[in-house]
Amino acid sequence: MAERRTDAKKTARKAAQAPARLSVRKTYKLYLGGAFPRSESGRSYPVTSADGAHLANASLSSRKDARDAVVAARKAFAGWSGRTAYNRGQILYRVAEVMEGRRAQFTDQLVAARGTDRTEAETIVSAAIDRWVYYAGWTDKFAQVIGGSNPVSGPYYNHSAPEPTGVVVVFAPQDAPLLGLSSVVAPVVATGNTAVVVASEPGPLAAVDLAEVLATSDVPGGVINLLTGRTGEIGPHLAAHADVDALDLSGAGEHATAFEEAAAQTLTRVLRPGPEDGAGERAWLDPDPGTSRMSPFLETKTVWHPIGV
Amino acid sequence: MAEILEYAPAPESRSVVTLRENYDLFVDGGFVPAESGESLTSLNPADESALATVAVAGPTDVDRAVSAARQAQENVWGPMSGAERGKYLFRIARILQERSRELAVLETMDNGKPIKETRDVDLPLAAAHFFYHAGWADKLHHAGLGTDPRPLGVAAQVIPWNFPLLMLAWKIAPALATGNTVVLKPAETTPLTALVFAEICQEADLPAGVVNIVTGAGGTGRTLVEHPGVDKVAFTGSTAVGRGIARAVAGTRKRLTLELGGKGANIVYDDAALDQAVEGIVTGIFFNQGHVCCAGSRLLVQESVAEELLSRLKERVSRIRVGDPLDKNTDLGAINSADQLSRIREVTDSGEAEGVERWSPACDLPTAGYWFAPTLLTGVSQSHRVAREEIFGPVLSVLTFRTPEEAVAKANNTPYGLSAGVWTEKGSRMLWTAERLRAGVVWSNTFNKLDPASPFGGYKESGYGREGGRHGLEAYLG
Repeated sequence: MAERRTDAKKTARKAAQAPARLSVRKTYKLYLGGAFPRSESGRSYPVTSADGAHLANASLSSRKDARDAVVAARKAFAGWSGRTAYNRGQILYRVAEVMEGRRAQFTDQLVAARGTDRTEAETIVSAAIDRWVYYAGWTDKFAQVIGGSNPVSGPYYNHSAPEPTGVVVVFAPQDAPLLGLSSVVAPVVATGNTAVVVASEPGPLAAVDLAEVLATSDVPGGVINLLTGRTGEIGPHLAAHADVDALDLSGAGEHATAFEEAAAQTLTRVLRPGPEDGAGERAWLDPDPGTSRMSPFLETKTVWHPIGV
Repeated sequence: MAEILEYAPAPESRSVVTLRENYDLFVDGGFVPAESGESLTSLNPADESALATVAVAGPTDVDRAVSAARQAQENVWGPMSGAERGKYLFRIARILQERSRELAVLETMDNGKPIKETRDVDLPLAAAHFFYHAGWADKLHHAGLGTDPRPLGVAAQVIPWNFPLLMLAWKIAPALATGNTVVLKPAETTPLTALVFAEICQEADLPAGVVNIVTGAGGTGRTLVEHPGVDKVAFTGSTAVGRGIARAVAGTRKRLTLELGGKGANIVYDDAALDQAVEGIVTGIFFNQGHVCCAGSRLLVQESVAEELLSRLKERVSRIRVGDPLDKNTDLGAINSADQLSRIREVTDSGEAEGVERWSPACDLPTAGYWFAPTLLTGVSQSHRVAREEIFGPVLSVLTFRTPEEAVAKANNTPYGLSAGVWTEKGSRMLWTAERLRAGVVWSNTFNKLDPASPFGGYKESGYGREGGRHGLEAYLG
């Protein structure tokens, strides 16, 4: 609250100078089922820049918001996983197209929020856009790369193909709010999963900007749902939720072990934090992460059929 | 019921098996007694006679086994070329083939399953599993798992009693092919073929410590998977125990694969070849006394053919021969243990209490040993326990459906997702159904087929990871 008062004083001083045009600020909301609601709890929390200046109030999600996000993701799963791989590829490419048009917004956001220098911010934004292009190209490749026919000892057609696991909760990297976020979300949905994303707690604004891109990129509502707030508050409910099929613990930090323990109750799949965790946006620059972030959220289905006349 | 052909008894000879009275643990290439001196007795479930006593490994024994596996991994097995590792596995596969009759008889005695199955399924598949993985050992960089895939280290492996030697092969073959060493705990009621396998490791001159076998019950298994010195845990067994293991490895560096329970749906459409479907249903639920995690334990039959199918099914089930597992004509052997028998009875009785109709053919069950007649439950609805819980016995729950959408919805209405079956003569309907079933293995117009080249494993609460095929290697490489 102290920060809010300081900010209010600053605002008051500026108001006294009466600018030629008052800028229109953005309300940062959640993104659930294709809509932008506030938290049902009516709560928000202040988001500050690297040097402590107040940037905006983000929605402080509640347990109910988390449950709503899972419901939205489950509802969207059949439709999204049922689309053709080519169609999913085009939609992910469309995300990159729309991001490209908003380069300036994303760059400014990184500069303001993290004190990143402008050249560095440009690099991160470019890599984030390219990440969506990268996974757009994977949608109709991974099944051939990961699946195949199996030479069994008998007169049987036998074929294994990967299928999406279902609803994946993604704890986005705390210290990589745009490139890290894109790097963990895009592979989950590229293969047909739907996602509930818990944004970086200190840096949720880029995630909300990205949600606005998703909302205008033909990504069906509910495929990616975004929660902002306290990882330690909503995370336990998501980790233990019986209708969640997998967790990406990239940004779970100190909660990772507790979330993995909670996930065990319903054998929810878990991707543990990797070496990128805690190493900032630059740790996510590798332009070719391969299938490493797709395969943890895939199930292999093997189908047998006799061969005969 | 019409006359059934009578068969003269045709028991397989036990003379190929030489049982020792006591078996020690297999650690670091040799047999060593358990520090505690505790032991358990393995029974023949067909007549409750004692077969042998087996050492119970405690924390010190497990620790010694893990250390031996570590030493062997770092100094011998890890540095060895893939081609040489592969040759050991080829050698083991050949010895399993050579000693297959002995092992089949021993497995039947220790487990209770018919000799027909151990001889024609368990043993050939176990040998095939080693032969298949032997060939991978020097080709791992071609497996699509990175250009320089590395072994994880020491694998802790805990296996169930339903396919003792085959599950051992599923665990040990891929682990060894990928350069890992293992500490394996067989099930407490079926440890004997694993101990003969230990002798086979000696016979193959497998370097000491590459394979370690620690016998015991649940406590030994828990000690093993929780041991800080293991890098990988692989478990096949119940979902309840699987949950506990997943919780125990949370926050550690240990990699985990779990192959757990199932409640497989076997869907029969109205255009199915009914006689073939009947054979598939029988294989689906009565193979191995129904002690099969991927059993087709829920029959979903389209309403329009339900009456006809059930009448043919009952006629077929009446011809199942239940009895001496060592008899070559036996179709259905003994239930593996008294515990399992009481579990099957309890859940099946609950079905009757909930109002389902219970049917078994007239059959004389032996007086000694653990036996349960093949059973059909009809009038089952989705909320009944017999439709929801894994019975793990020769008990089939029959439900009906009207539309393909209803069949899929009912098939998927379970926390499990291991197997499913589809019977139809229409290809597009088969593929439509298979695509929508949330199960790791879908058998269409067949059931319960297994092969080392075919990935096996579940969706949802049936576990995670795959065993077999190129996919199965992923669980043992970093």
